[in-house]
Amino acid sequence: MIEQLTEIFTSTHFRTTLPYIYRGLQVTLFITFVGVIIGFILGTIFGLARLSKSKIIYGLATVYIELVRGTPILVQALFLYFAVSDFFGINFDAVTAGIIAIAINAGAYIAEIVRGGVESVDKGQMEAGRSIGLSSTQTMRYIIWPQAFRRMIPPLGNQFIISLKDTSIFAVISVGEVTFLLRQYVSTTGETFVPYIMLCLAYLVITIPAMLILRRVERRLDV
Amino acid sequence: MIKVNDLHKSFGDLEVLKGIDAEVKEKEVVCVIGPSGSGKSTFLRCMNHLEEITSGDVVIDGESLRDPKVNINKLRSQVGMVFQHFNLFPHKSVLENVTLGPIKVKGISKEEAEKSALELLAKVGLSDKADVYPKSLSGGQKQRVAIARALAMNPKVMLFDEPTSALDPELVGDVLQAMKDLAIEGMTMVVVTHEMGFAREMGDRVIFMDEGIIMEEGPPSQIFDDPQHPRTKEFLSKII
Repeated sequence: MIEQLTEIFTSTHFRTTLPYIYRGLQVTLFITFVGVIIGFILGTIFGLARLSKSKIIYGLATVYIELVRGTPILVQALFLYFAVSDFFGINFDAVTAGIIAIAINAGAYIAEIVRGGVESVDKGQMEAGRSIGLSSTQTMRYIIWPQAFRRMIPPLGNQFIISLKDTSIFAVISVGEVTFLLRQYVSTTGETFVPYIMLCLAYLVITIPAMLILRRVERRLDV
Repeated sequence: MIKVNDLHKSFGDLEVLKGIDAEVKEKEVVCVIGPSGSGKSTFLRCMNHLEEITSGDVVIDGESLRDPKVNINKLRSQVGMVFQHFNLFPHKSVLENVTLGPIKVKGISKEEAEKSALELLAKVGLSDKADVYPKSLSGGQKQRVAIARALAMNPKVMLFDEPTSALDPELVGDVLQAMKDLAIEGMTMVVVTHEMGFAREMGDRVIFMDEGIIMEEGPPSQIFDDPQHPRTKEFLSKII
């Protein structure tokens, strides 16, 4: 046992995995950022659609949200990368498929964040805006949205962290993100313990500071 | 200035207003009193279309709220509204609260809007609060900002929906004073209130509502000193 531990702590794998982690994290972060930004746009559109008085618009948004929330992201990624490309003859490269999967997935969750944020703003705010002659769009833009967005920041930060971790499942569609690269490393070297510890650390290096920043922002906004 | 013809308002199966006819003349101060649930707030909210009218009509300065050709936003900008719970914009400073409407609705320049906003804030006694945010104000100060915000649009008429009901008793006076000043200047006002002192002193006319209709109306002296309807008598005996 002790012998094994010394072996681990003197292992060269700490150092030799680093280039893989460095390269992989870049892809992971790229997919997460681009995916979540597109997801935010989708989420805003569908979240506001969920607040629509039109039954059709509401219904379409609900279908999208429930389909995505009711299926695992792994299945969504497989569907996108294999089924959609076979069926429609569209070939995305793996990274694009990953970005689309994150965007669609995060979009559904963000839609609910957006809906909740807007609904949390007191009804009197809309009335006050309308009473000074603002249109409903203007009231949304100048009065409701800024207040709703503040309240959305903590759950959006959370979603960012969730999406970041979700990218790891794209290893199955050969996206060269950090989990995929470390698995490659493991299969070539046969070494498991240290590489997977390094993989955990790779995620924690991003997620822990992200959570700390988030907590600060939350306190600053006092929401 | 305002004409209300056979106004009905239902929420689902519940009919809250059961045929209201009323008129408010220019420079008149009309106080609406009545027990809670009598429909007086709904009546007021129908006058700037915050509540959709079920049937009947409200005509403001010759323009019908139910005329599809009428620009409801423009009409609303001419009808100031002060709410029970102030409804200030918490993410905007006091000054921004007051200037938002003039800038976005009327297209007035920021400098000009700020200049007249500061004058209005001075009028309600809050010049020194222009740059603070609503959360640091007392209830009475918030309500006076809300009055300034409504006045900034240069409305033809001001609607007050129980403006002092959410205030601590010692803060009511300042808000009532601001409203009195406004009445003396000749603003047309409709005030839903429980402040009988204000209604008696400032009201040109008092409307007593109960169960969704106007039970009795007349000059304050008549309503308060010589009420005719038994429901008016009963209501007044309970609150005075």
